[in-house]
Amino acid sequence: MSALAFPALGLAALLWLTAAMLGAIASPRRGRSLVYGLSALGAFLGVFAGLGVLFQGAVLTQSLPLGLPGARSLLRLDALSGFFLAVVDGGGVFASLAALSLEDAEPRRVSPFFPLFLGAMSLTLLAADSYTFLLGWEGMSVASWALVVAEPRREGTVEAGYVYLMMASAGTLALLAAFVLLGIGGRLAPPPLAPGAGALALALTLVTLGTTSKAGLVPLHVWLPLAHPAAPSQVSALMSGVMTKVAVYAFLRLVFDVILPTGAAPINALAGAIILLGVLSALHGVLSALMQHDLKRLLAFHTVENIGIIFLGIGFALLFEKSVPAAAALALAAALFHVLNHALFKTLLFLGAGVVRESAGSADMEKLGGLIHRAPRLAFAFLIGTMAISALPPLNGFVSEWLAFQAMLQTPRLGSSPLALLGPLAAAALALAAALAAACFVKAYGITFLGRARSPRAGAVVEAGRAALAALFGLAALCVIFGILPGPVLRALGPVVTGRLGSAGVPQVSLSAGLSVSPIPGAPPHYAGLALGFALAIFMLLPALLLRRRGAPPRRGPAWDCGFPDPSPATQYSAGGFAAPIRRVFGPLVFAARERVEMPPPGALTPAHFEVRLRDLVWEGIYRPPIRLVLALADRLNPLQFLTVRRYLGIVFGLLAALLLVVALWT
Amino acid sequence: MAFALDLDRLLAGGLLLMSFLLLYQDRLGSLIDLFAFQALLLALAVSWQAHLQDAPHLLIAASLALIVKSLIIPGALRRIIARLGIRNEIETALSVPQSLLLGLALTALALITTARLTPAAAALAREDVAFALAVVLLGLLIMVGRRNAIAQVVGFMSLENGLVLAASGARGMPLVVEISTALAVLISLIVTGVFIFRIRERFDTVDVAALEPHQGERG
Repeated sequence: MSALAFPALGLAALLWLTAAMLGAIASPRRGRSLVYGLSALGAFLGVFAGLGVLFQGAVLTQSLPLGLPGARSLLRLDALSGFFLAVVDGGGVFASLAALSLEDAEPRRVSPFFPLFLGAMSLTLLAADSYTFLLGWEGMSVASWALVVAEPRREGTVEAGYVYLMMASAGTLALLAAFVLLGIGGRLAPPPLAPGAGALALALTLVTLGTTSKAGLVPLHVWLPLAHPAAPSQVSALMSGVMTKVAVYAFLRLVFDVILPTGAAPINALAGAIILLGVLSALHGVLSALMQHDLKRLLAFHTVENIGIIFLGIGFALLFEKSVPAAAALALAAALFHVLNHALFKTLLFLGAGVVRESAGSADMEKLGGLIHRAPRLAFAFLIGTMAISALPPLNGFVSEWLAFQAMLQTPRLGSSPLALLGPLAAAALALAAALAAACFVKAYGITFLGRARSPRAGAVVEAGRAALAALFGLAALCVIFGILPGPVLRALGPVVTGRLGSAGVPQVSLSAGLSVSPIPGAPPHYAGLALGFALAIFMLLPALLLRRRGAPPRRGPAWDCGFPDPSPATQYSAGGFAAPIRRVFGPLVFAARERVEMPPPGALTPAHFEVRLRDLVWEGIYRPPIRLVLALADRLNPLQFLTVRRYLGIVFGLLAALLLVVALWT
Repeated sequence: MAFALDLDRLLAGGLLLMSFLLLYQDRLGSLIDLFAFQALLLALAVSWQAHLQDAPHLLIAASLALIVKSLIIPGALRRIIARLGIRNEIETALSVPQSLLLGLALTALALITTARLTPAAAALAREDVAFALAVVLLGLLIMVGRRNAIAQVVGFMSLENGLVLAASGARGMPLVVEISTALAVLISLIVTGVFIFRIRERFDTVDVAALEPHQGERG
């Protein structure tokens, strides 16, 4: 099966290129289904290749007569890239499928780039030399930028594209500089001559900056909540669900496979930094998500949170790497599992939000409501997604977050190192983030799908199309299956983990009878997903079925109106109102929130006013000062454009004379 | 050999002297005459180099300098002046003592820089480069110090004389470089000639200050 991996990938590349060309030339209406059909087929082949390599444990290499003059492009498919290829192209399959029943405002701006985006992500995962890697990485950035600005008339899209392009280019530049510093000479392998400690630390910092800016880790996340919601929904699903995972892959590949083998990297400092950034991301992401009333923006902030959780796992894997290999393997396995899980439920949620936005004309929750009555199937699939992302058992999100907890609780085994304090800190933050995420999705689901429609268009939504429903239910089913049967997934992750942490770190996630998972072999905490699933099925579904059979038929009546007959839908709980208690607690600290209430005296005819101002402290603290500096400098330098001919000559002349003077005096 | 060196110095020094004369000259007619004479000296210097280095291809460069720079370009400039009826006086931005003092300082700078930078090179090449650098700097100073478009063109051409002098002093410089420089100068003459005609047509003067109000929107 793995012998077929590269032929399958070649065919996938061919399909994607054909799809891109069709998207550029074919008529939008007919070409669109062809483009997404071919994209889905190509992505399916990618999944096939990835899973084949993952399960057979083979390492395949291939060189292509493409690339820089005199050099060939090297491709390599091992367990790590196989796993990520399966995740990324799996997301691609579902997003392409759902796209078949979505509409694009301007299909010509989307269709050519969608397959290229998929292809560039896959190329990045396969690259074994730095040139091919950067080609794929930059191709991924550029294609996704084109997709972000595909609807330029929508408010804020162009700005989002600009910020995104800036951040993406800076990230690529950082990676390029890191490659030069490491001196790996074209191969993504440990450098033949280990660079000095300073260069290595700098390269490590650059790699971290470059990859985490793509992944969306705080404080380099600012582009993410702007760009992800701006793109068409099938693209948002890909960007949030799987493109961030390509960045996680790049971090793992470069740090674990290229930098760590040199043996001189400041690994504890890196682990500490990654864990702190992960904590910040998880908390900042979920709190910001709670403040959002736009469904897609809310989901984008949750991506920041989940990337934080993934990097927490990676950070603990780094922390344990030297001294407690078993715990390191556990942490890495948890992070990788969460990569898979987040790809599943975030793709599901974004696709669902896309269907909602298209059908209701808006993703603003304050204009939605009551969708469950008009689109019950969509509502059910979305519910599974919200439960999975809120880490409710027996769904998949719970398993990976629980494993991450177990890994964090291993920090006492580090001995009396001050770094051991990171464990309880991170565990507490993760618990807080998980609880807040649950609150956030109660809000998102409740306001969007329950209650009554807050706008006429929300009252007229229709059920999602057949292809979208197939994609949503496929993803929901995987969320349930991986939650109930995490064992096979963890077993498949085995070679990925051992490949990073050496043979000493054989994953200690043991399976007893394939039904339960215990992070530490033989020790008490077990997670028996299947038993839990059965128990839930028996205790919840059975009574429901019995009631439906035997009990009185369900009655439909008017909702209780609190004694005020026929209230307007605006009197329902609003998204802002639902989040108010949490905003009161965290707002002043995290967002420097200001509330202004104007209550007119009794008898006055003026309306009451309530205003909340939230500030983005990351943007104001880190991004605004350099932007101001650049603008101020530009203002100062502007008059240089309007000098006379003689002044320009004079400047050249003066510079030349000054240069000669320097040469004359200093040499 | 001593005579060879002396003659070379004399010719290069003559070039520099011409630059100084150009620097304070405030009549267009004599400015062009001086430039033609400088080009003649350049042609002689380059031919002497051709003889010294036994490099006949330098003779081509020398004849280019002679024909193009000391005959064609001055002739063209004189025709422009005659056709446009431009006044003979040049408005300078720097006074005569100021420009001469600055020129002296620049020459000293050129000599010091070359002496510092090229301790290992042959004496002949070193001195040539020093003179050439001084001629280039003075050419720039002429361009900066004059408001008249024709004077600026002359400054530019004399700067280019310095470049050719430097190129001829360096052993093994291919002919292509010199020919292409000469071509570039010729083209720039055509461009600036057209440009001068246009300015004149529009603004009734060749003072470049007349262009300044038309620079487009100011920030």
